[in-house]
Amino acid sequence: MTTRLAQILAGLLLCLAAGAARSQSKYNFQPPQTVIAHDIYDLHMLLVGICAVIFVVVFGLMFYAIVRHRRSVGHQAKQFHGNLRVEVLWTIIPCLIVVGMAYPATKTVIAMKDTSHADITVKATGYQWKWRYDYLGEDIGFYSDLSTPREQIENRASKGENYLLEVDHPLVVPVGKKVRILVTANDVIHSWWVPAFGVKQDGIPGFVRDSWFKVDAPGVYRGQCAELCGKEHGFMPIVVDAVPEEKYNAWVADQKAKNSAAVVAAASAAGKTYSLDELKTEGEKVYAKNCVACHQASGQGMPPTFPALAHGKIATGPVPGMVDIVMNGSKKNPTMAAWKGQLSDTQIAAVITFARNSFGNTLGDMVQPSQIAAVRN
Amino acid sequence: MQAVLERAAGGEPVTQPKGIMRWVRTTNHKEVGTLYLWFAFAMLMVGGVMALMIRAELFEPGLQIVQPELFNQLVTLHGLIMVFGAIMPAFVGFANWQIPLMIGAQDMAFPRLNNLSFWLLPPAAILLVASFFAPGGATAAGWTLYAPLSIQMGPGMDMAIFAVHILGASSIIGAINIITTILNMRAPGMTPMKMPMFVWTWLITAYLLIVVMPVLAGAVTMLFTDRHFNTHFFNAAGGGDPVLFQHIFWFFGHPEVYILILPAFGIISQVIPAFARKPLFGYRSMVLASCAIAILSIAVWGHHMFTVGMPAAGQLFFMYATMLVAVPTGVKVFNWVGTMWEGSLTFETPMLFAIGFICVFVFGGLTGVILAIAPVDVQMQDSYYVVAHFHYVMVAGSLFAIFAGLYYWLPKWTGHMYDEKLGKWHFWLSMIFFNLTFFVMFFLGLAGMPRRIPDYALQFADFNKIASIGAFGFGLTQLLLLYVVIKCIRGGEKVPARVWDGASGLEWTVPSPAPHHTFATPPVVE
Amino acid sequence: MDGSYHNQALLAKLAVVAMAMFGFGYLLVPFYYKLCEVAGLNQLQAADSVPRNTQVDEGRAITLQFDANLRDGLPWVFRPLQTTAQVHPGQFVQVLYEVRNDSDQAVLAQAVPSYAPQAAALYFRKLECFCFTQQSLRPHETRQMPVVFLIDPAIPGDMPTVTLSYTFFEIEGVRPQASANGKGRDVARL
Repeated sequence: MTTRLAQILAGLLLCLAAGAARSQSKYNFQPPQTVIAHDIYDLHMLLVGICAVIFVVVFGLMFYAIVRHRRSVGHQAKQFHGNLRVEVLWTIIPCLIVVGMAYPATKTVIAMKDTSHADITVKATGYQWKWRYDYLGEDIGFYSDLSTPREQIENRASKGENYLLEVDHPLVVPVGKKVRILVTANDVIHSWWVPAFGVKQDGIPGFVRDSWFKVDAPGVYRGQCAELCGKEHGFMPIVVDAVPEEKYNAWVADQKAKNSAAVVAAASAAGKTYSLDELKTEGEKVYAKNCVACHQASGQGMPPTFPALAHGKIATGPVPGMVDIVMNGSKKNPTMAAWKGQLSDTQIAAVITFARNSFGNTLGDMVQPSQIAAVRN
Repeated sequence: MQAVLERAAGGEPVTQPKGIMRWVRTTNHKEVGTLYLWFAFAMLMVGGVMALMIRAELFEPGLQIVQPELFNQLVTLHGLIMVFGAIMPAFVGFANWQIPLMIGAQDMAFPRLNNLSFWLLPPAAILLVASFFAPGGATAAGWTLYAPLSIQMGPGMDMAIFAVHILGASSIIGAINIITTILNMRAPGMTPMKMPMFVWTWLITAYLLIVVMPVLAGAVTMLFTDRHFNTHFFNAAGGGDPVLFQHIFWFFGHPEVYILILPAFGIISQVIPAFARKPLFGYRSMVLASCAIAILSIAVWGHHMFTVGMPAAGQLFFMYATMLVAVPTGVKVFNWVGTMWEGSLTFETPMLFAIGFICVFVFGGLTGVILAIAPVDVQMQDSYYVVAHFHYVMVAGSLFAIFAGLYYWLPKWTGHMYDEKLGKWHFWLSMIFFNLTFFVMFFLGLAGMPRRIPDYALQFADFNKIASIGAFGFGLTQLLLLYVVIKCIRGGEKVPARVWDGASGLEWTVPSPAPHHTFATPPVVE
Repeated sequence: MDGSYHNQALLAKLAVVAMAMFGFGYLLVPFYYKLCEVAGLNQLQAADSVPRNTQVDEGRAITLQFDANLRDGLPWVFRPLQTTAQVHPGQFVQVLYEVRNDSDQAVLAQAVPSYAPQAAALYFRKLECFCFTQQSLRPHETRQMPVVFLIDPAIPGDMPTVTLSYTFFEIEGVRPQASANGKGRDVARL
């Protein structure tokens, strides 16, 4: 009867394992999209299989004892307390199993570390709380920020399909080419993780650490930061757009053209003079995208870490002081980033103007992009 | 309230303080044990409330209940309080009650130090809880306190550092006390290889504590000086390295998890033979396996750091060493099953928890082996798979073993049998709700959900909902335990000295409840 | 009493062990750096001696990439003047990095190098590098700084591409704004 029970259990477990393997279900890793991810997937299935066998054996014996060797069916206890042969066997066999697991794993470890002969190199820098991607050798660089609207997070709007896994500027890579990725961080430790690639690399501030992947098929692949990095740790996703090589090359050319256009546009915008209303409107948009998480929609902030802008000392103080903090960040409080690298002169001028004229602040003054440009240079 | 406790052979005390002062000044190992156990339960509730706040927020996608900042504080303090405030003191409470009884000693080697070890704990706990009210709130760097994030934190971090120092001091003093008691105060005739397994595992745990708690103290002191005194241990700018913190922390951290489980192994090794009515299978190999686990545990810390960018050689070394620890652990499990095999089993509540422990600990342990495989760990590190794994071994492992020991020895301590029906309810509800909560987390981790996030993508919603429901069930079930314990203290069927017919050991030779002073004259052990 | 003497002796011994382990925790720090140095993983911030064999290995070319990072808050612009170079092991190479101080104050900073793959650090012989010393820039000053190095011909064949990356950190206490507040310092104290 109990051997039957064991058989049924074994069968159930195998079904579960097989089912998990086949279905792209929520019971297993995401579908692997690189050779390494495939290796990891297969390695894991092997391990699960070995563990399933161990379960069946160990629990089979234990439940047999529970059913047959109980006092209530009159079983008498046999007073043995050792058996050298059995003990030696059940020490050696696990050793062998462990060695058996280690061998395929070793090969994958070595393969994961081989970043040589890459086709392109990308640097991913973790910031509190976004990523920046730079294409080494191409002079392309941009920030990649969560693009899920705040209203969705705060349950005032229904959540989109890629809730919390969408960004404004994804990392674009060519399919079928070896991509070497250097991961670092600007402030605290972050970690770049794309489950479909089988890549997770911690970004340590001050150092670059390399890893690699080669994507099999075109698609959009999503991941998240995988090292606690502060309050928005759950809100700095990674999106990789893997495209065919020709599309990638076209994108690179397009980015370079945009860069030069942006420089021109910023220069011309910097020369313009805007009205208070124009600055406030633009500033409100900039604020909603970049500042609201910490300083809050009400401008009340969350003191002391995130000071209030409403009647705040700096926000209502002399303009140069506020410009300096927004451009260069805060020495005292490093969670206040240096926005000069991420926002244009027009955006900085606009958001400062907006803050000085909102949340109950009524300074009435305004900052023009040209003033920011002057400080920048 | 002056008190002079007369220590006449078998004599009763002349006068003793009453009320609060009795408990403040007690040097009696049974009373100190009781203090530790009540403290641990209180901390279990405090840490548990934090867990429920976390799970309440994670019930659905979106931010509903707590802001991300507070969420991270809760996650951090939940970990610190459960590890240092609940599990460790609970095991020390068992050590205090049981070690002198099991070795035939009158009390611990240093009764006044024993009192100090306990009374260091409440101030530390108050510091931790109070840190929520410091400017900026409690530290939100995770219980692992990685730099540079922990260096960014406000004064709540310093309060936590101070609390960790106090907790560490308490543990070290307690460990010294335990080692000295076990080595020097065993009854004549009790050679080391006649010591009960609970005593063995605590001896080994105490040595581990002395070796690794000071390293934690060093690590948090380095954090403190980096924060305030311009050192740069963990700051690349000054020639330091954030990864160095991880090395030092996990040098402590990995042996710490074995500190959290070895006494549990010891309890299970006491319970199963009693309810199988035959001796522990493979006593000698159990002792050797426990030593092997402790020694190996010092060499595997790197498996918490597989993704920091260490060279392949490092990954391979730590992978092999970690997998090796599975062997002695497996041996222990086989020995327990071997003890049950051909026994005459009954299934009172202690045995239920012991069997439940084996089932669930094997699961947690095997997922640990899976995590040890470095390439697989790259996918699972910092995901819910890890959260599931360590809750399996620490809750289903350590906590269930604590419950097993509690039901096993409570009649000895109180003189009354607990309510067996309610005990069984406690077991089944705990098992079901525990698995409901944490089993689905393995799938969440496999699917790619990171840990320490207050909000998540939509594909993770279903399992999170299940986990949150399970968590509330599990938490509420522990109130049942409180009821059972209080009911047992107040009354119940009177029990003889040998409460369980299959139990063996010196503690079962003294009356139930165990008198205030026992073994004033040491027994002779054959 | 006999028993309590033994107990106290053991307590003393164990207390010494505990204190020694506290010291051991601190000892892990230099131990870690020594291990890194031996494995070639850590940056060395002093000029390397030129290896005996500086014969150029014309048969092999290594692609070098140059990368630059700033720690947040440093009001500088920092970039390599060339982003890649093809070099032969043993060949002397000079690369220029440019820094520009965008603020109105003099700023003192230190560059920290990092290599990918990490093991390449062992084979980089830097003869001159701005990372050896603190760099002070006057307000709005622009400066070009060289790195002169060669790659040891002993470099193994599995590293055909090496990235050399620098991160500049501000030295605290020089600029009046830089407060000595303990929290969240990302500056160097050297």
